[in-house]
Amino acid sequence: MSLSRSDIDNIARLARLALSESEIPVYIDSLSRIIGLVGELDRAATDGVEPMSHPLAGQKQRQRADAVTESDQHELYQRNAPQVIAGLYLVPKVIE
Amino acid sequence: MHSETVAGLIAGLKARKYSATELARGMLERIERAQPELNAFISVEGEAALSAAAAADRLLAAGGAPPLTGVPIAHKDIFCATGSRTTCGSKMLANFISPYDATVVARLRAAGAVVLGKTNMDEFAMGSSNETSHFGPVRNPWNPACVPGGSSGGSAAAVAARLVPAATATDTGGSIRQPAALCGVTGIKPTYGRVSRYGIVAFASSLDQAGVIARSAEDAAIVLRAMAGFDERDSTSVDAPVPDYVAGLERPLAGLRIGLLKEFFDQGLDAAIETCLRAALEVLRGQGATLCEVSLPNLPLSVPTYYVVAPAECSSNLARFDGVRFGHRCEKPRDLKDLYERSRGEGFGAEVKRRIMTGAYVLSAGYYDAYYLKAQRVRQLIADDFARAFAGVDVLIGPTTPTVAFELGAKTADPITMYLNDIYTIGANLAGLPAMSIPCGFVQGLPVGLQIVGAHFAEERILNVAHRYQRETDWHRRAPEAYR
Repeated sequence: MSLSRSDIDNIARLARLALSESEIPVYIDSLSRIIGLVGELDRAATDGVEPMSHPLAGQKQRQRADAVTESDQHELYQRNAPQVIAGLYLVPKVIE
Repeated sequence: MHSETVAGLIAGLKARKYSATELARGMLERIERAQPELNAFISVEGEAALSAAAAADRLLAAGGAPPLTGVPIAHKDIFCATGSRTTCGSKMLANFISPYDATVVARLRAAGAVVLGKTNMDEFAMGSSNETSHFGPVRNPWNPACVPGGSSGGSAAAVAARLVPAATATDTGGSIRQPAALCGVTGIKPTYGRVSRYGIVAFASSLDQAGVIARSAEDAAIVLRAMAGFDERDSTSVDAPVPDYVAGLERPLAGLRIGLLKEFFDQGLDAAIETCLRAALEVLRGQGATLCEVSLPNLPLSVPTYYVVAPAECSSNLARFDGVRFGHRCEKPRDLKDLYERSRGEGFGAEVKRRIMTGAYVLSAGYYDAYYLKAQRVRQLIADDFARAFAGVDVLIGPTTPTVAFELGAKTADPITMYLNDIYTIGANLAGLPAMSIPCGFVQGLPVGLQIVGAHFAEERILNVAHRYQRETDWHRRAPEAYR
């Protein structure tokens, strides 16, 4: 299976990744190989097999009560943000 | 002191043969000396370590100190620790200071361990050679021309080089066991859900599990006992009692049924590695274990299954890195889309981008059923194979890796070649099973790993088998010449 330039452009767009021109041929080649590798799954007969939903049979994802358990620590958390003003995360203008 | 085990250090500290401060200082000096050659650490936290060691000394003097008081350890740099830089080996998080503790970090601190620093790793735990780290590759203490394995390469190299007696690690497809094998140390990946993942940077959430790398099964048992157990902050954490892993170590092996994984011995295994494994099996048989061959017919599909499931989950988990709330942000974004795309394009390295794109592709419209659902069906078949096997045997044994450590750069050209390093380790992750790697010999001066896989929550049993083997052998006590 061989992916094309437009496939890679599309995947990069879906993944929100800016790629340089020099990266594109590398990913065309390596992603084509990976898709070829995972194509081996076609060999497996899986009719009637349920897709795994949890690695431990019978276990389900636990849900917690819908209750407030954390206090407001936005100042602490926003110390890692690239740009914050007045407690708000700053991004480029999205509405003209 | 540096060649002491965790068990030995606990006794030495209690008997006041040395203080926690002397110990921390000595190990920090070793780390500093080794760092130019091995690059096993991303951050060394000397000041914090010495103040924790001083506190440990006060506790030891006062009496009633918790079990690991004063024992130096290191954390893989995927674990968040309050006020400490947590990079995950990535430019994306190069300046990220964690505002909170991972549960594992908090528990080990409460147990008295003294953290010396954060170990190097493949970027976002994606790699099998520690060559994808933004902070440069780690080198193997047995031969610095070779890789230490990955992704927990820094933890494995640090333990092998006697820089710390134990280090935390994580394992999504072999990232504890494969570097443990390549560095000649002991590593355990517990059952999925056994150790809390709260505060561990997520890679593939249906596979990720935290564990420990140490120099013996006994040390791994001591540290794991302090890490494991239910945590309501991790929705995948299993609410089940944690056995005393140390108490179970000496159990005799008479009657132990060992299954030899036929598919592992068939799949292009290096003949010299096989010789080491067969000799190890004889040691176990000598203690009363019985051997039989077990076939898991779907196991050869582990690698393709993994390279759908793991990238799919990674593309979803790593969507949080958007250049807005934390992590790398590009200069002068034109608009929001440009901000996302360039921040991510610049912040992630080549392998991480490859996995994100693979994941985006297999999850994209029209392909989801063909790839993701198909892979989760095959994954169920693999898990069923393991479940059938454990109806007839207590543990499964095979190699950890197809080869010993390879040279830096040897497998970076083709990602598939690199992915195949994990051919023997991925199965346990897909099925959520506990598994270990222990040293069982050398080939051309490089360590060989023996893998022991247990049934769900059978950590106690695999640690017991590993410990009984290590009582009869001294492979795990060998040290690289430059780091004795």
